[in-house]
Amino acid sequence: MDNSKQNTGAKILAVIKGNPIALLLVVAAVVVGCLKDNFFSWANFSNLMSNTAVRFLIALGVSGCLITKGTDLSAGRQVGFAAVVAGILCQKGDYGSKLWKWAPEMNIGLVLIIVLLIGLCWGLINGFIVTKLHVPPFIATLGTQTIVYGISLVISDAQPIGGFQKIYTSLINGRLGSTKSFHLPYLLFVALIFGFLFWFIYNKTRHGKYMYAIGGNDVAAEVSGVNTTFTLIRIYATAGLMYALAGYLLAAKSGGASASMGQGYELEAIAGCTIGGVSTTGGIGTVPGVLVGVLVFELLKIILQFLGVNPYYNYVVQGLVIVLAVALDIRKYIAKK
Amino acid sequence: MSEYVLEMNGVSKSFPGVKALDHVQLKLRAGKVHALMGENGAGKSTLMKCMFGIYKMDEGEIRMDGQPVTITDPMDALTKGIAMVHQELQPIPARTVGENIFLGRYPMKKALGFIPIVDHKKMYDDTAELLKKVRMTFDPKQKVGELSVSQMQSVEIAKAVSANCRVLILDEPTSSLTSNEVEALFRIIEDLKAEDVAIVYISHKMDEILRIADEVTIMRDGKYIGTWEASELTTDKIITQMVGREMHNLYPKRENVPGDVVFEVKDFTSINPRSFRHVNFQLRKGEILGVGGLVGAQRTELMEGLFGIRSHTTGEILYKGKPLKIDRPKDAIDQGVAMLTEDRRGSGIMAVLSVADNISISSLNQYLDYGFVINGRKVENLVQDNVKKMNIRTPSSKTLIKSLSGGNQQKVLVGRWLANNPDVLILDEPTRGIDVGAKYEIYCIIADLAKEGKSIIMISSEMSELIGMSDRIMVMCDGRVTGFVNGSEATQENIMALATQFE
Ligand SMILES: Nc1ncnc2c1ncn2[C@@H]1O[C@H](COP(=O)(O)OP(=O)(O)OP(=O)(O)O)[C@@H](O)[C@H]1O
Ligand SMILES: [Mg+2]
Repeated sequence: MDNSKQNTGAKILAVIKGNPIALLLVVAAVVVGCLKDNFFSWANFSNLMSNTAVRFLIALGVSGCLITKGTDLSAGRQVGFAAVVAGILCQKGDYGSKLWKWAPEMNIGLVLIIVLLIGLCWGLINGFIVTKLHVPPFIATLGTQTIVYGISLVISDAQPIGGFQKIYTSLINGRLGSTKSFHLPYLLFVALIFGFLFWFIYNKTRHGKYMYAIGGNDVAAEVSGVNTTFTLIRIYATAGLMYALAGYLLAAKSGGASASMGQGYELEAIAGCTIGGVSTTGGIGTVPGVLVGVLVFELLKIILQFLGVNPYYNYVVQGLVIVLAVALDIRKYIAKK
Repeated sequence: MSEYVLEMNGVSKSFPGVKALDHVQLKLRAGKVHALMGENGAGKSTLMKCMFGIYKMDEGEIRMDGQPVTITDPMDALTKGIAMVHQELQPIPARTVGENIFLGRYPMKKALGFIPIVDHKKMYDDTAELLKKVRMTFDPKQKVGELSVSQMQSVEIAKAVSANCRVLILDEPTSSLTSNEVEALFRIIEDLKAEDVAIVYISHKMDEILRIADEVTIMRDGKYIGTWEASELTTDKIITQMVGREMHNLYPKRENVPGDVVFEVKDFTSINPRSFRHVNFQLRKGEILGVGGLVGAQRTELMEGLFGIRSHTTGEILYKGKPLKIDRPKDAIDQGVAMLTEDRRGSGIMAVLSVADNISISSLNQYLDYGFVINGRKVENLVQDNVKKMNIRTPSSKTLIKSLSGGNQQKVLVGRWLANNPDVLILDEPTRGIDVGAKYEIYCIIADLAKEGKSIIMISSEMSELIGMSDRIMVMCDGRVTGFVNGSEATQENIMALATQFE
């Protein structure tokens, strides 16, 4: 009995050691919660959850690229692109400043499909550039990032887009349970479903194993018969789908869209992944880790907001957390020697 | 003055799940070659890494000239006069030979009298000197990535020699050298002995040990077994001490009967004019075809060409009379051809992944439920089968492969290919870095596969292995096939004669 207690103790200790930053933030949250009244409110909690949900979807997309020693700098702009397209297509038919006056009011399910298809195309393009043209992912996606942004500006005429159909915004901002007290935003379920899906893909399917193999040693993977080209294209394409989904949700969540939406999200997603233990040298990374990383980041934002920190300082603090988290994470590997 | 240049006493070291060293001792004398022997995973490399400051030991002491010392890191070890050639090479491929050798201690000069800059001329001149010392002839300015594995090894040795050390650790230095190069290495070792350097020599090759070692320390399962004068020992005695039981045969009795020709290569030529050209050979069902030659004979390149890793211009491959189209390894694997590559680190292991992931990666299709879900139990069975069959030492199937000893990593890779159940199996130095016991196990596996009717191509730089295991030996020299020798008629001499038939 005693022994098993010790084991649990040791396990908890290991978790703390493994994720010092996450723990620190939870402690900070508790402290802030005690100081500020409405920190521990359902409103705040659900706000945190829906923010995290969208970021988590983006981070899931980018995680595959990171695990295979690549990256995707076009993530944020792809989110913006999807938001713009979704926004334009979901505008009310009778909205005064409707951008495409000639277009009829569209079914929002159909819009989702269109947006996803476009995201898929962007992902395929990235995958093609990386694998067939052999452009390093950093550069390839730096290029597409700019291209995507440019096209977003063109189609949105650099204007903010509003006047969405009621059903679009209310559905996506919908929540389970009573509005005042206990409730869970639908976005949370979307995130959980995709989290589980990705966990399944990463751990239980051939594609997942191939992904880790490429990250671990791409030459060895190729020699072992892994179709590295196809696997990578699939990873970038999946990423594109996730960004598109995130963009679609984000536009509705914010009730408006513009080409500048999603700017810098790729960096937050990469930071979230890295904080969550995805290794930049490839082959390492888990879905729960990504979730923790993203959550830590969003929690940090909310804490800063509640403390009333000058928003400009937020960047400074966030940057420090990234560096600190990764430095602590790396220590795990150094300590092993 | 102490009788020993360096001694290690009571050294222990644990890793999660394994006690790698358990009160081990090692005492080195100046001007002597001290062989360190033991099975895969016995703890030899770990002991050396403790000496070289890569690992911190949990317990124990190191003394130099009788005085206790602490060695904090490799840089510290080097300044104390200890140099090491690692079992797993770690060169920087994109830099030149000279830069690799002088990494971290580039010769400097002053430009305009005061700006410190790297003295490239001196660096390359010194490199040329060192290369001459290790009897190598390539250009100091060549990129290391363009060298073969054995040439890289020579670079590493040159690097260690250049440090003017008092203790030199050689961890399996000959595992990828051919006999000529081994001779060259032995001459270097003799030179160093004359300069009173103490040398630790780790190898699984008995004949080498008996030739150059003065003293032998044997380890088993992380424990110190004993130290002997080399003159008191015989191969049998060493093996008995290492394995803990007696072993009678080095090669199993082969019962395979080569049948019809199944695999045929015609006029196979590389796109690289200096590589393999106009290669023709046939492989029979159930045949073990050895491939011999000196380093640089392009044996690996030829096999990698057949397997789709390298490109060829002309030539065709016929399998059961039908042409095989192989553009990349996947094509080959899909058609029943498998290949264990030579460079374990570069193209073999996926270091940060588990033993299970490494062993199953090329045969995942076999473990799927509903066509897409990997069945963990089936993978686990595969791992356990191999662990048993080849006696792989690993704490569990989830252990990362990088924490296995070199020889055990090799066994995992052999397992990876066997899991594919290929019809034609190409093995490039299959027993590289594997201990006697495990070698025998791998030979048995090869013999069994051949008996089952699989065809095997085995590149080996160990003459006795080629002669002991092959039905037929194809000998290459400088990119050409210079001849075939029947296994029963093969001798060191007739193979060497073909291997040195330069144009
Ligand atoms: N970094 C590490 N982490 C965990 N375990 C390790 C690590 N390095 C070595 N080991 C374990 O320690 C044991 C001794 O390994 P070591 O590499 O010293 O063997 P070795 O005698 O050099 O074998 P070989 O002849 O195969 O090279 C092995 O069981 C190995 O799995
Ligand atoms: Mg070793």
